[in-house]
Amino acid sequence: MEAMKVNDVTPNDLPWKVEYDASRCTLCGSCVAACSFRAIEPKVERRRMIWSESEFPEPKARFSAVPVIRQAKSIRNYCRGCGICEKVCPNDAIGPVRNPDTRHPVITRCLGGDSIKRGGRKNLEGSVRTLDRIRVGRISQMTDPSLDAQRHTFDLLAPFGRILPPEQLAFRVTEDGRLAPSGQSPPVNWIYPVIIGDMSIGALSWRMWEGAAMATAYLNEECGLPVRMCSGEGGVPERLLKSRYLKYMILQIASGHFGWNRIVKTMPSMVEDPAGVLIKIGQGAKPGDGGLLQAQKVAGHIQSIRGVPKADLLSPPNHQGLYSIEESVQKMFLSFNAAFKFRVPVAIKVAASATSVSVFNNLVRDPYNIVGGFFLDGIDGGTGAAHEVSLDHTGHPIVSKLRDCYLAAVTQGRQGQIPLWAAGGLGKTGDLAADAFKMMCLGANGVFTGKLILQMAGCVGNDMGRCNACNTGLCPVGITTQESALAHRLDPEKVAQNIVNYFLAMDQEFKKLMAPIGNSALPVGRSDALVATDKAVADRLQIQYVC
Amino acid sequence: MCRIGAIKSVDYLHPSQALLLMQSQQKGHDNSGFAMVMHDLGGIFKNYKNLPTLSLACTDEGLKRAEDILHEAGFSRVLQWVPETNNEPGLDIIAMPNYVFETFNYPRHYRKASQKEKEELLLDMRLKLRFALEEDDQGFVYSFWPDVVTLKEIGNPKDIGTYFNLWEPDDQFTAKVITAQCRQNTNYDIVRYAAHPFFLQGYTALANGENTFYQKNKEFQRSLHRGYTGFESDSQCFLYTLHYVHRELGWPLPYFKHVVTPLPFEEATRREDRDQLFAIRQSLAHLEINGPNTIIGVLPDNILFTCCDAKKLRPVVVGRSEDKVIISSEVCGINEVLPDRNWETDIYPHEREIVVIDNELEVQRWKQ
Repeated sequence: MEAMKVNDVTPNDLPWKVEYDASRCTLCGSCVAACSFRAIEPKVERRRMIWSESEFPEPKARFSAVPVIRQAKSIRNYCRGCGICEKVCPNDAIGPVRNPDTRHPVITRCLGGDSIKRGGRKNLEGSVRTLDRIRVGRISQMTDPSLDAQRHTFDLLAPFGRILPPEQLAFRVTEDGRLAPSGQSPPVNWIYPVIIGDMSIGALSWRMWEGAAMATAYLNEECGLPVRMCSGEGGVPERLLKSRYLKYMILQIASGHFGWNRIVKTMPSMVEDPAGVLIKIGQGAKPGDGGLLQAQKVAGHIQSIRGVPKADLLSPPNHQGLYSIEESVQKMFLSFNAAFKFRVPVAIKVAASATSVSVFNNLVRDPYNIVGGFFLDGIDGGTGAAHEVSLDHTGHPIVSKLRDCYLAAVTQGRQGQIPLWAAGGLGKTGDLAADAFKMMCLGANGVFTGKLILQMAGCVGNDMGRCNACNTGLCPVGITTQESALAHRLDPEKVAQNIVNYFLAMDQEFKKLMAPIGNSALPVGRSDALVATDKAVADRLQIQYVC
Repeated sequence: MCRIGAIKSVDYLHPSQALLLMQSQQKGHDNSGFAMVMHDLGGIFKNYKNLPTLSLACTDEGLKRAEDILHEAGFSRVLQWVPETNNEPGLDIIAMPNYVFETFNYPRHYRKASQKEKEELLLDMRLKLRFALEEDDQGFVYSFWPDVVTLKEIGNPKDIGTYFNLWEPDDQFTAKVITAQCRQNTNYDIVRYAAHPFFLQGYTALANGENTFYQKNKEFQRSLHRGYTGFESDSQCFLYTLHYVHRELGWPLPYFKHVVTPLPFEEATRREDRDQLFAIRQSLAHLEINGPNTIIGVLPDNILFTCCDAKKLRPVVVGRSEDKVIISSEVCGINEVLPDRNWETDIYPHEREIVVIDNELEVQRWKQ
């Protein structure tokens, strides 16, 4: 008898088990061909069949070779539960089933000798979100009539850029009693209050990125919604840099400075200014972990855009060499402002943290009038790749931190001077308008979102641990991969169409939320419109408690 | 519901006219209070136009405390007028023991001070008095300013008029600009300070309606200026914004409207002065007021104006004769006071305009 190898990996050790019904399978091979993780494979099994043809049992045995589909028993090619096999199977013969007895966290580390990395989704299932404990509770009625979402006009725009305090506005009063300009003011762009969050062209497939860029242009030029898209770290295709569509793009510079060299070199050929510059100091989805684009995703065109050889592209968690807000951030802001001749607003993105308010307080005292926005990113968002330990055990929720920053500004009478933008799990339930609206009532000028954009495109991953293989370069729907065959599964035009439709629906929903509270402008700071069904949440956010 | 009204006249008017204006709108309010501010005073105050008059409702202790504070600061009293009250049984009024209007001379060392210094002193004194009397509910200090008196009380406006003998016209207690409101506050706690008109450094404002941006207005205004205090009513925000835009920033009056009801982006983009309009909207987003309301305001030079929220959700009408202009929530008020005017010239202001009445009673309509 063969010795039992108890340490061998079996499907029962893995997070997903593939359930296969050989009797329904026609052996068409679609599932195996479609599985980008090679988590299933065709095998031949030896089968024994016993039968009898006489009136009395005269058992005969026959052995035959039967082709079947089997799950790979490997920590490398394990099933991510994406369900593509199920999608392509014509006979419902196969599909992944969650395995509650998984030993994946232990055996992967034991056998691999390395930390687990995965696409960035925080596994926060089991807890009700703070935003879902808040409702829009002030309903206008007879004394303060609600508005008509269809008939009335609404101003759904948010500022991106440094807002001067009123007494510093460069105005003089003319003889005929008018205000005339008397000096230069920082650049401010009024944009749609939802920005397509910073996802780099290295993290996404070129078709996904193209789809999002196409949607942005369409929303601006055909739908009249001035939506902006953030490029993610540095890399932007040169053709886009030189095109008139650049005005819809916010260029990001993160700690790796990837692609910035190319942007600087292309400046003389730019026909439009970018919509803004976003300096990423940190992000909430993988706090302190920096960005990590793994070697398998660094395809040729990514190398060329980023200007780096094929290797793991790791952005440090912070800008190296910049260790104080007062000096270094101001230096950066000055240089990037100066690069575009002070015509382009420059904002900063930090991870939500216990210390975010200190950073914000430093910035609102900004003597150069140059900090054009404070982007605050909390846990519960993110794509990319990070160590699982960072994803699951570090990070700070966004809602109370955003509120803290807003109230810090209120205490100083400086609310709105540095627009607050917030992200991190917004739209997680699919309803971004409601989440964004509540965040604005709590003090955000606008929000940004990345993960939801991917879900609009067709991402099958979820917060229950399904798929989340964005780091492998094997995205089964072609969103976060540079493998040509996989990327071609994605139709960029369909991506663009979905994003455009979602934004149009969301725009309608914003109006449906603004109308009942009688607001025709965005409800920034209207915390009186919110009520919480949880006393602790109400106290913490300083809103009304209802039960 | 609030009903508001204002009369501006060539001749000095007795507050009975304001009571009449408000009384005819009685069905539109809840008989819970009456308040008025009088600018450009006649009668016994006529000869003291440059000296500040204190308007106070208080207990005996409150009066003593207030006078002590003023005397200690160097103010000397030159005139005191205590309205004769008519405390007959059955009147619906929750009166304070004393109503005092006292005119003071400035402290000696301030007599040669600049106008601005005097104005800051008067504000500081009023705030000091207010806080001193507020501690143990000893009284309410409504205004302390040259050529202005304020009266506010809780109760039925008709009975309040009877209590203060305001139904009988005389030439002792008169003014050229009188703003008045009927009703006590319903949105928040009922306190005397909550009734409009509100007054600050020569500016008076009163409003019919609601300020849905109260929370964000309040959060912003609190740290803008020491005089922006109280916030017993959402309508105080209108006054503070008016004071801030016109006095503190020094912007001409038309920009008050641009601050409280900014033009939609689409419209502003088409304007020549779009850069200024955007800058205003950016910097003063927290002073925007979303309505529904009608505002009546008086400036320190006694100019009277009215404007509405951006969607014109509350009514207002301006009627005029040769020697009077009246602004009122309901036209029936004007009909009562000016029955013989030409009704065809009445103005029903639009959502995007300010109607201004200057000191020659010329009525101007400024499009936003």
